[in-house]
Amino acid sequence: MRHDAGTPPGAAVSVRAVVRRGAFVLDVVLEVRPGEVLAVLGPNGSGKSTLLAVLAGLLVPDLGRVEVRGRVLTSAGEPAPAAPVLVPPADRAVGLLGQDPLLFPHLTAARNIAFGPLAAGTPRRGAEAQAAGWLDAVGLASHADRRPAQLSGGQQQRVALARALAARPDVLLLDEPMASLDVRTAPEMRDLLRAQLAAHRTTTVLVTHDVLDAVVLADRVAVLEDGHLVDVGPTARVLAAPRNPFVADLAGVNLVVGTADGGAVRAPDGRRFVGVEGTDSPPLPDGAPVAAVFRPAAVVVQTAEPHGASPRNVWRASVIGLEAAPTGVRLRTTGDPEVLVDLTPAAVAELGLVPGADVWLSVKASEVGLHRR
Amino acid sequence: MTRSRSHPRSHPRPAGTVPRLLALPAALGIALLVLPLVALFVRADWATVPAAITSPEARQALGLSLRTGLAATAVCLVLGVPLALVIARARPRVAAVVRALVTVPLVLPPMVGGVALLYLLGRTGLVGRYLDLAFGVRIPFTTTAVVLAQAFVALPFLVIAVEGALRTAGTRYETVAATLGASRGLTFRRITLPLVLPGLVAGTVLCFARALGEFGATALFAGNAPGVTRTMPLAIYTAFNGAGVSQDSAVALSLLLVVVAVVILVLVRGWRPDRERGSGSGGTAGGTAGGTAGVAA
Repeated sequence: MRHDAGTPPGAAVSVRAVVRRGAFVLDVVLEVRPGEVLAVLGPNGSGKSTLLAVLAGLLVPDLGRVEVRGRVLTSAGEPAPAAPVLVPPADRAVGLLGQDPLLFPHLTAARNIAFGPLAAGTPRRGAEAQAAGWLDAVGLASHADRRPAQLSGGQQQRVALARALAARPDVLLLDEPMASLDVRTAPEMRDLLRAQLAAHRTTTVLVTHDVLDAVVLADRVAVLEDGHLVDVGPTARVLAAPRNPFVADLAGVNLVVGTADGGAVRAPDGRRFVGVEGTDSPPLPDGAPVAAVFRPAAVVVQTAEPHGASPRNVWRASVIGLEAAPTGVRLRTTGDPEVLVDLTPAAVAELGLVPGADVWLSVKASEVGLHRR
Repeated sequence: MTRSRSHPRSHPRPAGTVPRLLALPAALGIALLVLPLVALFVRADWATVPAAITSPEARQALGLSLRTGLAATAVCLVLGVPLALVIARARPRVAAVVRALVTVPLVLPPMVGGVALLYLLGRTGLVGRYLDLAFGVRIPFTTTAVVLAQAFVALPFLVIAVEGALRTAGTRYETVAATLGASRGLTFRRITLPLVLPGLVAGTVLCFARALGEFGATALFAGNAPGVTRTMPLAIYTAFNGAGVSQDSAVALSLLLVVVAVVILVLVRGWRPDRERGSGSGGTAGGTAGGTAGVAA
C-alpha cells in the first residue's frame, strides 16, 4: 500500500484497529484531516462497518487506538502501562448517520433535532431555535411539527442529518447514508450532504460502495478489501487510476475532476467536457469544483478527425495500452486524467489500435454526467 | 394503478382458511368464557343490587381493593420496569434464567404464594422473625400484607409485558441517543420509556387487574379482617359462604367487579398512543400484552 498524500499534518482523527472475528481480521491504520471528508470504499464484508463501530465506540478492538483531536477515545491491547480506555459513545462527540434514519418515532422532526443540543445542556428555547435553523438548512422548515411517520424516506434522512449535525460532533460517521433512498431522492440527499459538510467543515468518515458518493463528497478515498487498506489517496487519483481490481470494477468509469467552465468541466490538461447536470440544480458558477463521469463504453474511437456536430466532446490522444476487459478490450489513452475506452476486439483489429497509435476520441454530452463537488 | 385499486374491492376479505371442524370447539371456547358471566347477570336479584353494592361493607371492601390494588401496582412499576430492562438487556442465558424466575408466580397457585410469603415474613419466618425482634414490625394480617401478596402475583404480568416491549423496541434508538451525547439516564427517560409506553400501559393494566382479583395469597398471608384485609374477592367469598350476608350480595359484589374490569378495559382501549404515531411498535407491544393475557387466562 502506498500513501501518496503522506501522513496528514494535524490529523483530526487517527485510528489503528485490529479486530479478529474468526478467520476475518480487520487491520487498519488511518488518519483523517480536520474538515476532510474521507470515503472508505469496499465490498460487503470488507470490514467497513466494523471500522465505523470501532470509531463510534460501539466495539472495542482487540488491539488499537482511536484519537480524535488529540483525545484518546479508545485504547485496547497496547503494551503500554496505561489501562485500556473506552470513552462511552455519549462522551465521544462522534456522530453517526446510517442508511436507516432511525428518527425517534415519538418526537417531532424539530424535537428530534433538538435532542442533541438538549443532551448537551442547551436550554430548551435555545435548542428549539437551533432545531428551527437546522430544519431550514435541510429545506424542511415547514415540517417542524411532523412525526417521522408523516415524513417520506428522503425527508426522514434529511432530518436525521440535521439531528446528527446539530449535536456538533467532532467527527461525523456516515454509513451508506444514501443506500436506502430511491434514485430520485438519493442525488438530493447527496447534494445536501455536500453542501452541509462543506458549510460546517465537519470532519467526516463516509463508508460507501457507491462511487458517486465518493466522487461528490470525498476529498480522499481509502479502499478497504478483506480487512486491509489497499489504497489511500485523493479521490480523483484513486478512482481514475484504480490500483486494485475491486476499485476498477467498482469505478469502471471515467472520472474527470476539474472546474466548471460555461456549464462544462475544464480538465487539468485543459480539455473541456460538456455534459448534463442533475435535475433542477442551479447553473454551475464558473470555477466551481465539478466532476464529469462517463462510461468507457460511451467513448467513440476514430482514426481520423470526426465530422458532423453531434458529439460535442472531441479530442486527440494516443493509446497508452490495451488490456482485456469483461466486455472486450479496454484502451488507456493519454491525457490528464487518462481516459478509458471499452471496445470490441473486432473494432480494435479494424482500427489497428496499438500502443502509441494516435486516435480521435469523442463522447456525446448526454453520456457525461456532471456532479458538483 | 386502477387495477390495483379495484382489486381489493373484488375481494373485500381474505378467503377463510379455518377448517370447518374447528368452528365447533372455537364456539364452545367462547361460550365457556362468556356464559358464566351471563349466568351471573341472570342470577342477580336486581331489586337488591343497589342496596348490596352501596352497603358499608361493600364500599369498605371496594375502597380497600382499589387502595391496595393501586399501591401494589405502584410497587410493581417501581420494581418491575427496572427488572424488565435488566432482563431485556442481559445476555441471553442470564435473561432466560431471570425470566424463568419471574414466571414462577404465574404458574404457581396463589395459595402456595401465600404460604411461601408467610414462611418468609411471618412472625417465625425467615426474615419476619428479625423484623419482629429488631423493629417490632409484623407484616402478616395487615394491609401491607395485602399489598405484598398482590404485588407477588401481579409483578410477573408487568415485567413480561414491559420486557417484551423493550426487546421489540431494541437498542438501536438508544445507540443513536448515545451518539447524540445523551447520558444513559436521559436516554432511558426521553427515548426508552416513551418507546415502550404502549407495552407499559398494557402491562400496568394487567398488573392492576390481577392485583384487584387476587384472592389465594391474600387469604393465607393477610387473612380476612373487615376494613383491613378484606378486599373485594374476600368479601365475595365471605358473602357467598353465608357468613352474615346472603348469596345475593356475593352476586352483586361480583357484578361490581365485572363492571370495574370492563371500565378499565374501555379506558385503556380509548387511550392508544400508537394510533396517532401510526407506527408498528405500539401494535407489537399490544400483541405482547395480549400474549401475557393468554397466559393469565
